[in-house]
Amino acid sequence: MSLTTAPATAPTDDASATEPQRPRRAPRIGQSFAMFRNGKSLAGLAILGVFVVVAVLAPLIAPYDPLEKDFMALRQPPSAAHWLGTTHMGEDVFSQIVYGTRGVLVVGFLAGVLATLVAVIVGVVAGYVAGWRSESLSALTNVFLVIPGLPLIIIVASQYEDPPLMLIAGVLAITGWAWGARVLRAQTMSLRNRDFVQAAKANGEKLWRIIAVEMLPNLTAIIASSFVGTVTAAVLGLTTLAFIGVIPITNLNWGTILFWAQQNGAFPDYWWWYIPAGLCIALLGMALSLVNFGIDEYVNPRLRSAGERARAARRKGLQVDGGVTEVRTVSGTGDDARAG
Amino acid sequence: MRFILRRMAFYLFTAWAAITINFFLPRLMKGDPISAYLARNQGKVSPESIESLTTLFGLDSDKSMLQQYLDYWGLLFSGDLGVSISNGLAPVSAVIASALPWTLGLVGIATVLSFLIGTSLGSVIGWRRGSRADWAVPFATFFSTVPYFWMGLIVIAVFSTTLGWFPASHAYDKGSQPEWSWDFIGQVIAHGTLPALTIVVASLGGWVLGMRNMMITVLDEDYVTVAQAKGLRQRRVLTHYASRNAVLPQLSSFALALGFIVGGTLVMELVFSYPGVGKLLLDATSAKDYPLMQGLFLVITLAVLVANILADVAYAALDPRTRQMES
Repeated sequence: MSLTTAPATAPTDDASATEPQRPRRAPRIGQSFAMFRNGKSLAGLAILGVFVVVAVLAPLIAPYDPLEKDFMALRQPPSAAHWLGTTHMGEDVFSQIVYGTRGVLVVGFLAGVLATLVAVIVGVVAGYVAGWRSESLSALTNVFLVIPGLPLIIIVASQYEDPPLMLIAGVLAITGWAWGARVLRAQTMSLRNRDFVQAAKANGEKLWRIIAVEMLPNLTAIIASSFVGTVTAAVLGLTTLAFIGVIPITNLNWGTILFWAQQNGAFPDYWWWYIPAGLCIALLGMALSLVNFGIDEYVNPRLRSAGERARAARRKGLQVDGGVTEVRTVSGTGDDARAG
Repeated sequence: MRFILRRMAFYLFTAWAAITINFFLPRLMKGDPISAYLARNQGKVSPESIESLTTLFGLDSDKSMLQQYLDYWGLLFSGDLGVSISNGLAPVSAVIASALPWTLGLVGIATVLSFLIGTSLGSVIGWRRGSRADWAVPFATFFSTVPYFWMGLIVIAVFSTTLGWFPASHAYDKGSQPEWSWDFIGQVIAHGTLPALTIVVASLGGWVLGMRNMMITVLDEDYVTVAQAKGLRQRRVLTHYASRNAVLPQLSSFALALGFIVGGTLVMELVFSYPGVGKLLLDATSAKDYPLMQGLFLVITLAVLVANILADVAYAALDPRTRQMES
């Protein structure tokens, strides 16, 4: 998360380098994280944090080497020695999942960072400039939105015997940046005509400074949300590619585990081999979506308060299936009560 | 009118871009699998096929790039996508044509069902905000992040292998031929139920959440208040005032999600061995059948484009502003 907010806060620091603005620096940085300060985002970040810790400390957490073979314990159900059982080669499934977290997170975040960079550059520029330049960048974005990503990735990856991780992350990024760019363009276009941007322009500020200092801090929430969205898509894309077998099996991730499970007839009997890996993917995806819900509610306060308002109305005994009617209905029933 | 022209220009541009990407892909790749194949199978491949393959894969390096590009367009307009190496040198277009109806039928029905069910569920959940219906949100999130292929495998394990309710793979029973008989249609439905169900369940969550969020935003608008103040029935406010406006962003994200849906169904076809376009692409990948891969990518992209056009038409039908606006 800090990855995306960093570029937005860094220019803020440069801007506040002048004396009078200095005291504002601390609260400003705090504001950049305000979108994460709600239950949903925090829950998502907590789950994400657990996965990051597992990935970093993999050698300490995993009881075995992921590829260590124990031919005395083939296809064992979960036990004290093997928490999540073993594969057809006697490898420990739990250790594989722990080490697999690394592959998933590295590729996911790498693709997310690359895609967000492209999205910010294309989206903000397309939103700021006008005329044919904006139109052509927008057309480019739309083309990438329409072209189906996964088939393209499969074709590109299949041309390599052993596609490097960087290439996979790159292709996932190329097919994943367009949505963020589109949303950023729309938001930048609405920012472009606000007073503070016009004022900066009238002051003769340079283009890059207007974009970096005046606009980017106001786009942080959208950038963060498009980053999280791309990471989710990249994680799903990576595990799917690994499951299909397009990605070399030397890159251990959750999709590879499922690939081996399917290849070796794990379905349906050896449930410990395939259930945990899939649940991990879903859990990581869920964590990322929770972070995004939090950001959505931060950006759109109606989403945040809708449930609370309705519940509060219901506590007062009002009917909630609509905006005002509740008041009318209640006054109506009140009249009835008085009449009766 | 201006709106239609703009969209037309956009679709033409996208189609051109997709075809151009398709042209450059093999030329950017290292290695040359096609000439190796041709050398191994000298005499078996007809001269015309060799000619179209050289044009498709940029083997005629003595010609200028522009000439290669023009030749490529010429081939496309004559419907010649080369021959499929892994399918006994059958024309690529014929191979794809045999697989396309299966995918279109299955994915089309499943996607439309999922969109309709998800959008109506989402509008009801948004309408009853703050009630117990809100509990659907975490479940919808979970199902929208579960990987397609994993869900498919588990569904097969439960409903096919263990319970034996549905067949696990293929589009119809082994040994029967496609024909218009009740027996065969029954087989197709039996074989298609599980894949369709998984697609619906896996993609439902996204529609529910999107629609719920839009409903909550729209319900605060003044025109909803006015509609209720007029004393219209709740059902009418829900369908004609709130939902009709909330569904517009759903439609445009439907159009944009199509590329993603296609990707998910590729894997679905692999899991269920469904004889569609996705299975064909994956088989072509493992067989290193480059002409077939190129042709498939082109057809998939064009199919997504056509679906986008349909979504655009629906959008214009629902939102009069797009028809009137002069921008």
